[in-house]
Amino acid sequence: MRRPSLAVWKLTSCDGCQLTLLDCEDELLDIADAVEIRHFPEATRRDLPGPFDVSLVEGSISTPAEAERIRRIREESGVLVAIGACATAGGYQALRNGADLEAFQRIVYPRPEAIRSLDRVSPVAAHVEVDYELHGCPIDRRALLGLLSALLNGRRPDLPAGSVCAECKQRGVNCLLVLGRAPCLGPVTRAGCGALCPAYDRGCYGCAGPAESARPEAIVPVLRRRGHGDAAIRRLLRGCTTAAPGRDSEGADDDA
Amino acid sequence: MRTHRPAPAVIDRNGLDQLVKLLIADGRTVIGPVERDGAIVLDEIESGAELPDGVGAETGPGRYRLHRRADRAVFNHAAGPQSWKRFVHPVRQRVDAPEEPRPLAFIGVRPCDLAALSVLDGVFGAAPHPDRRYQARRDRAFVVAVDCVEPGATCFCASAGTGPAATGGYDLVLTERVEGGHRFLVSAGTVEGEEVLERLTRRNATREEAAEADRALRGAAESMERSLPATDLRALLARSRRSERWQEIADRCLACANCTMVCPTCFCTTVEDVTDLRGGRAERWRRWDSCFDPDFSYTAGGTVRTSVASRYRQWMSHKLGTWHDQFGTSGCVGCGRCIAWCPAGIDITAEAAALAREEEPR
Ligand code: SF4
Ligand code: SF4
Ligand code: SF4
Ligand code: SF4
Repeated sequence: MRRPSLAVWKLTSCDGCQLTLLDCEDELLDIADAVEIRHFPEATRRDLPGPFDVSLVEGSISTPAEAERIRRIREESGVLVAIGACATAGGYQALRNGADLEAFQRIVYPRPEAIRSLDRVSPVAAHVEVDYELHGCPIDRRALLGLLSALLNGRRPDLPAGSVCAECKQRGVNCLLVLGRAPCLGPVTRAGCGALCPAYDRGCYGCAGPAESARPEAIVPVLRRRGHGDAAIRRLLRGCTTAAPGRDSEGADDDA
Repeated sequence: MRTHRPAPAVIDRNGLDQLVKLLIADGRTVIGPVERDGAIVLDEIESGAELPDGVGAETGPGRYRLHRRADRAVFNHAAGPQSWKRFVHPVRQRVDAPEEPRPLAFIGVRPCDLAALSVLDGVFGAAPHPDRRYQARRDRAFVVAVDCVEPGATCFCASAGTGPAATGGYDLVLTERVEGGHRFLVSAGTVEGEEVLERLTRRNATREEAAEADRALRGAAESMERSLPATDLRALLARSRRSERWQEIADRCLACANCTMVCPTCFCTTVEDVTDLRGGRAERWRRWDSCFDPDFSYTAGGTVRTSVASRYRQWMSHKLGTWHDQFGTSGCVGCGRCIAWCPAGIDITAEAAALAREEEPR
């Protein structure tokens, strides 16, 4: 039987999610056995042409070239999976949406006229059809392995839609909000990380983006009542998922 | 109201340690309250010294704080974030392989939680399809109950008819007394409990000691701040299906599922299949689920309960209403956990009262 082929792509991103795949040390040999890796610049210089049975795409669409590239990737891919906050919700770079892009470019680059950027940073799903999404910054190793084994075995992947709180309680972590220990976005954030941050006594900062059908703004009165100021709340909500579908993308204007 | 059981015995604080030791020696995994990360949680203990020592809990809607007490009370801290359900109905459990759970012993089960275990018995233990995994844990569990002499501010067991005194469903029951010497009145509820009691260093309670404990429990019932409206809740919930209150609640509710996770009777699960990468191994696991999860009502074609209002309505209607139709009891035992551990501070007693108020003639 022919091994399914895998490609791992990078758009505007930090490589952290791809690294999660390399981080699967115990399973890496099994993965290499189970699939033929045809494109994965982070891991191998070998670069084979498509089509690809499965493509994992990291990164947001930030440039005209990427908008073009993602269409080509889509055409060459059987199953396309967007991985990480950038690919699913814009990433931190989406904080420039609504802000003054030219001003940023002038500050950062010696020759800003050489930069070709799109006006807005957007997630992969804003450009092409995406089959599955893995959320988080970075994605969770077990979630990635779960997705790959489901795809390899012809199963529908079991992807979470509910909130981090459910995982928090199941893990036996005492609620930071209720104990007054930290502001936490867990109630409106998508599960999947296993309540990683609360387990280390840190409030969830929402890296997995809104839970399905959650209203992120519903957390605002909850945090206000616990004495958190509006500026702090705004900063907390302006993390790496501001370009998630359904969220009013807020720019990094005043207090960035 | 006379709660006190015939001729209770009395053990001191060392007697509690002795009890834990004895249950462990009998081959049981002993679970009890322990202080951890700012709350009283339930966990395996290896000695009675791990039990709370002079810790109290102050609770309110969306609020829980521990404080040091002036005494060395062990059991005065209601509505912690966990319940005994996680030991009889584990968070995640493999269901396609045999298992041999060790016999358990629960120390410090409150009256509301005794009622919750009995509610779960109705869910999992009843014919014609008892859940054998549940039964294997539950039937062999040795239960040491404790009366609630100091209910928390979020408790409403008196109006739920489950407390604050234990009325059955235990092997042993303790009433903790801190004034006039730290000690526990103990009575047995089963033959097995009697056998364990006989092995403890103890004395007989005086008549005045038993009467004083009764008074304390009566006082506890009367001091309870919260209650469910005194009406046929099942009928109220059925009539309230189209109430505007549900949307009003949904404006505050985060759909975070905390209420269902902490509720000692919420029992819903989903099943997941896992395989390894090569497809050579497959396992089937069952894990806790919640009616607040968007996937909970996912059927062919999509999610049925898309709005938060419909999910909260489902939850509350099941707890207080349709549970009666399904299992012949209420699904709410009045423990108050869902009130304390809701980040938004939504209070099931206040919402029930609001629904009842809507019906009053204006
Ligand atoms: S700590 Fe955060 S994620 Fe955990 S239950 Fe509380 S609000 Fe939810
Ligand atoms: S707890 Fe929140 S911020 Fe932390 S990893 Fe999980 S989703 Fe991301
Ligand atoms: S509904 Fe709330 S008060 Fe009632 S048993 Fe469940 S957690 Fe306790
Ligand atoms: S009632 Fe409270 S705990 Fe329950 S889902 Fe709504 S916000 Fe979460």
